[in-house]
Amino acid sequence: MTVIIDKPDLKKKYKKVAYYPGCALEGSAIPYDKSTRAIGKELGLELVDVKDWNCCGAMEVKNLDPEVETYLSSRVLSNAKNLNKMDVVMAPCNGCYKNLKQAEHELGHREKSKQVVDKISKKAGHETYEVGDVETIHALDWIKMGYGEDELRKKIKGGLKGLKIANYYGCMYTRPRNIFPEKAPGAGGDDLIKPHYMDDLLAVAGAENVDFALKTACCGGAHTLSDRDMSTKLVLNILEAAEAAGAEVIATECPTCHSGLEMHQIRALKRLSKKTNVKVIYFTQLLGMAMGLSARKVGLNGNISDSRGLMKEKGII
Amino acid sequence: MRSVAELEAYMDSQKPDTSPAKLAADYLLVGEEMLENWLVAQERVPTDDKKEGFRILALHRQGCKGEPSFNACRETCRELAYYYNLITMEPGSDEMSSRLAMMDMVAKHLVLFIGNKMMDDQVGEFCCSAKVNRLSSEKLQEQVGVNNG
Repeated sequence: MTVIIDKPDLKKKYKKVAYYPGCALEGSAIPYDKSTRAIGKELGLELVDVKDWNCCGAMEVKNLDPEVETYLSSRVLSNAKNLNKMDVVMAPCNGCYKNLKQAEHELGHREKSKQVVDKISKKAGHETYEVGDVETIHALDWIKMGYGEDELRKKIKGGLKGLKIANYYGCMYTRPRNIFPEKAPGAGGDDLIKPHYMDDLLAVAGAENVDFALKTACCGGAHTLSDRDMSTKLVLNILEAAEAAGAEVIATECPTCHSGLEMHQIRALKRLSKKTNVKVIYFTQLLGMAMGLSARKVGLNGNISDSRGLMKEKGII
Repeated sequence: MRSVAELEAYMDSQKPDTSPAKLAADYLLVGEEMLENWLVAQERVPTDDKKEGFRILALHRQGCKGEPSFNACRETCRELAYYYNLITMEPGSDEMSSRLAMMDMVAKHLVLFIGNKMMDDQVGEFCCSAKVNRLSSEKLQEQVGVNNG
């Protein structure tokens, strides 16, 4: 049973938020960016780009100096607060989302991080970030809590009826757990063990969600450069598990997972002669199409995994 | 305890024609042995304790100590326990074959995930293991000569 949480205060709070696309949504995940902006417009949720944003420090920087990683994310939060004058940042990328959350946590719990961030911020000539100034949310929170399922239901036109979906959240939406206090049991947020916000939203859009055991399993994204074969095996297993669960589509909400699934699906065929047919689509694209937006408007033609045939066959586009 | 390579080979092999309950127990054992490999590689003695009725959950908890990134396979271990329960407690279920298929893939994921973590220390620790790197950041900074000043 889907539990519908309706918090009017969050609807007001999330109606206009600072938008942090991060590097992926301006590169490999342009369709995610396009569809996020398109559904925001359709739902009347306003996105204001964070001014002068920078990399969150998710990958390379972290391994060299985690304090600099914290600084980079804190600068994004500082800009949202001090340049945009906003108190909520929405980050659709799991890497960015997790990093901004982690910076918030580090600055609140680790004195050294605070000192380093203050020092670099001063040197860089901008205001330092103060813990609690900005709330970071994911695109899933933004729609689920900021718009609500009842309202969303009214916006659904053609819907996703008959489409079987495996919802794949990846590793960073819920981990590490200590940085997501709102997801702690009983706190009213998404579930740490079995997240369901994407399931809930797509169910409202008419999709048939399948029981998918690997919804938070590692996609091997971070191994892509160091051990591509391992990434291919991990992804292939996820794709095969989704198909075994009866899914026609894997819905994603992380650009790293999404591009990994798409690319290693092709690589699995080339290297391991293993073919899978499940399509990979961002949840924002699916919601957009369910609301009657065109395939072009949600950037479906920009995906490597070509799902246009399936969408036509299902009468979705 | 079978080696990682043996466990990988088992997961890639055709499974024996046996009862669903026996196969489910085999998959659970694969998970336990993967965790044992992880612990032994770190010179720790794998526990025989159980948590919530499952040794795999106790082993996972043991494996996380000092290595928070290992939490990334916590749900995978729990899914194995979940499918084991489904398969053994509902022997007449119409969904038996799909449950077995799913348990097979969950076990395979665990083998691939832990196997890779054992091969490449700190590689691929972009996701939830940030804390590990963070805890050793002073040492890391010494090694690479990074200075925040």
